[in-house]
Amino acid sequence: MAKTIIDKIWDRHIVVGEPGKPDLLYIDLHLLHEVTSPQAFEGLRLNGRKVRRPDLCFATMDHNVPTVNRKVIKDPIARKQIRTLAENCEEFGVPLADVDHPDQGIVHVIGPELGLTQPGKTIVCGDSHTSTHGAFGALAFGIGTSEVEHVLSTQTLWQSRPKTLEIRIDGEIAPGVAAKDIILAIISKFGTDMGTGHIVEYTGEAIRKLTMEERMTICNMSIEAGARAGLISPDETTVEYLRGRKYAPQGEAFDKAAEDWLSLASDEGATYDRSVSIHADEIEPFITWGTNPGMGAGISGRVPLASDYANELERDSFLRAIEYMGLEEGQKFTDIEIQHVFIGSCTNARLSDLREAARVIEGKKVRDGVRAMVVPGSRTVKKQAEEEGLDKVFTEAGFEWRESGCSMCLAMNDDVVPAGERCASTSNRNFEGRQGTGARTHLMSPAMAAAAAINGRFTDVREEFAVHA
Amino acid sequence: MKPINEVTSILTPLDRSNVDTDQIISKEFLKRIERTGFGKYLFYHWRFDAEGNKKDGFVLNDPRFDGSEILVARENFGCGSSREHAPWAILDYGFRVVIAPSYADIFYNNCLKNCILPIRLQEEEVEELLAKGKAEPVRLEVNLAEQTVTQPDGTVHRFDIDPYWKEMLLNGWDEIALTFKYEDQITKYEKTMQRA
Ligand code: SF4
Repeated sequence: MAKTIIDKIWDRHIVVGEPGKPDLLYIDLHLLHEVTSPQAFEGLRLNGRKVRRPDLCFATMDHNVPTVNRKVIKDPIARKQIRTLAENCEEFGVPLADVDHPDQGIVHVIGPELGLTQPGKTIVCGDSHTSTHGAFGALAFGIGTSEVEHVLSTQTLWQSRPKTLEIRIDGEIAPGVAAKDIILAIISKFGTDMGTGHIVEYTGEAIRKLTMEERMTICNMSIEAGARAGLISPDETTVEYLRGRKYAPQGEAFDKAAEDWLSLASDEGATYDRSVSIHADEIEPFITWGTNPGMGAGISGRVPLASDYANELERDSFLRAIEYMGLEEGQKFTDIEIQHVFIGSCTNARLSDLREAARVIEGKKVRDGVRAMVVPGSRTVKKQAEEEGLDKVFTEAGFEWRESGCSMCLAMNDDVVPAGERCASTSNRNFEGRQGTGARTHLMSPAMAAAAAINGRFTDVREEFAVHA
Repeated sequence: MKPINEVTSILTPLDRSNVDTDQIISKEFLKRIERTGFGKYLFYHWRFDAEGNKKDGFVLNDPRFDGSEILVARENFGCGSSREHAPWAILDYGFRVVIAPSYADIFYNNCLKNCILPIRLQEEEVEELLAKGKAEPVRLEVNLAEQTVTQPDGTVHRFDIDPYWKEMLLNGWDEIALTFKYEDQITKYEKTMQRA
């Protein structure tokens, strides 16, 4: 029978499968960071338990590391959390890319970069954006701290088999439209809870043509559509990306692995519990205007009107959102001015993202009164960007060029948007207070954020910056 | 873990949909390395203004609902970040039961692991509980063994829960200790996978 990649990976990982119970799934890779792991390690200690397979774990520090001066973590509690992770890794033998390590970076950027992320693996991390790794055809999902402790102790998790959801992108993506626009358009169209209880597979010709980095941007935000995980069947693009990576198989072993990876792709005629589609023609450069990632629209549009909402509850949450965001009904997006630009996060801080942004700003200046920063997704990304001279492009335009980390994506370190100010951000969440108490976040692609930095307001990157011409 | 079966308490009507875990527990409170002490930060920016004064009009600041153990909200509760600090804060504040039409998956799981009972009811039922609960304090009886929520007038709402999790919650079992019973299977799985 024709099977989806989701079922193929699931079936391979069942350690115990008894009727009427969740399956006990084996976990191939467990990624850890400083914020969601301390209580899990503490739990091990209290119960006298060990880490079963430290060799299948990999830890880094990203959420609250400083992105200016690495040596000084002012917040004593953050400092304690970072030190705690180092001590835990030492005590339990877990490999760690420490703040000073050349491999350090946002956990979802370094997994793929190091070749730890591979097709067919089950991958978990105490972080909801673990879905990023699904771009490789891995079954990757975020877990809570109790589950982190469970995986550390047993290398397994009890999981009920989720339903499958196909999201197909028909047609060809127009020039100047980024991967971020595709996923924002999907979430706006179908809502932030469309994927609840499901694992998504993204399909269609448009997906096949995307690079691995673009695929990661899309899978990253699966969680914003409510999905447990999101993945893309592996193909030659996947294989070529992984060839030669530090932790990928090497030589003959690689070719053997690649053969297996390609066999995991969903079979022709495989069926899903649900299928939806979106046409590429519906997708233009997107921005969000509200306080969840589903509140978005094409840049040529306007803030909706209260009268657009027939349902009273939806109208109320719309009014709440625009009040928080300081917007007027029907306001044209391109009239909205911004004070901050953040290019970073596990959604859009890989090398190709920085290149896209740099192409827009090259030879131009950040608008007076706008504070703009670039926070590369990893130290490797930073190094590669500097080798290409991208750092110069950014700093000459007036951007700050930072060390890697999560930074202003969730503002746990010192990088915060002040209350009432507006930020064009390449991150993934625009919840109230996400980038600072009272901060107003608009999500968009790196090129769109770069254009906003230059003009000081939202701009259709295709009009004034014909970078793809 | 503290087992859970019967909870009788007035309900707290949180009439909002898509409540994300950033609102439940804001990131500035995630730096603790313990599981406890998060209750005072629950819904912090909805409860308190910049000076730390209680904001009028937010339901948790309404003394009528003091001591409530049942939180009722609208759909897609707990969306966003996977932070287990969210259920820790809910539990530490004093809630044992959440009622909503739907939950984000990770949050739902995180509740179960902490012996918080996340109940799914139909949208109309939640609507009714919210309306009544806002008008005047309503005392609900929740019974996990029976899978029921009972209103003071005797109206009974039934809910579904995975039998595996029902048993775990009723007994307050340590899931890791249970999984260790399958250690031989795990070892066997590792051996076959290495050969493959
Ligand atoms: S960059 Fe943002 S979304 Fe990604 S892991 Fe860090 S905090 Fe989470």
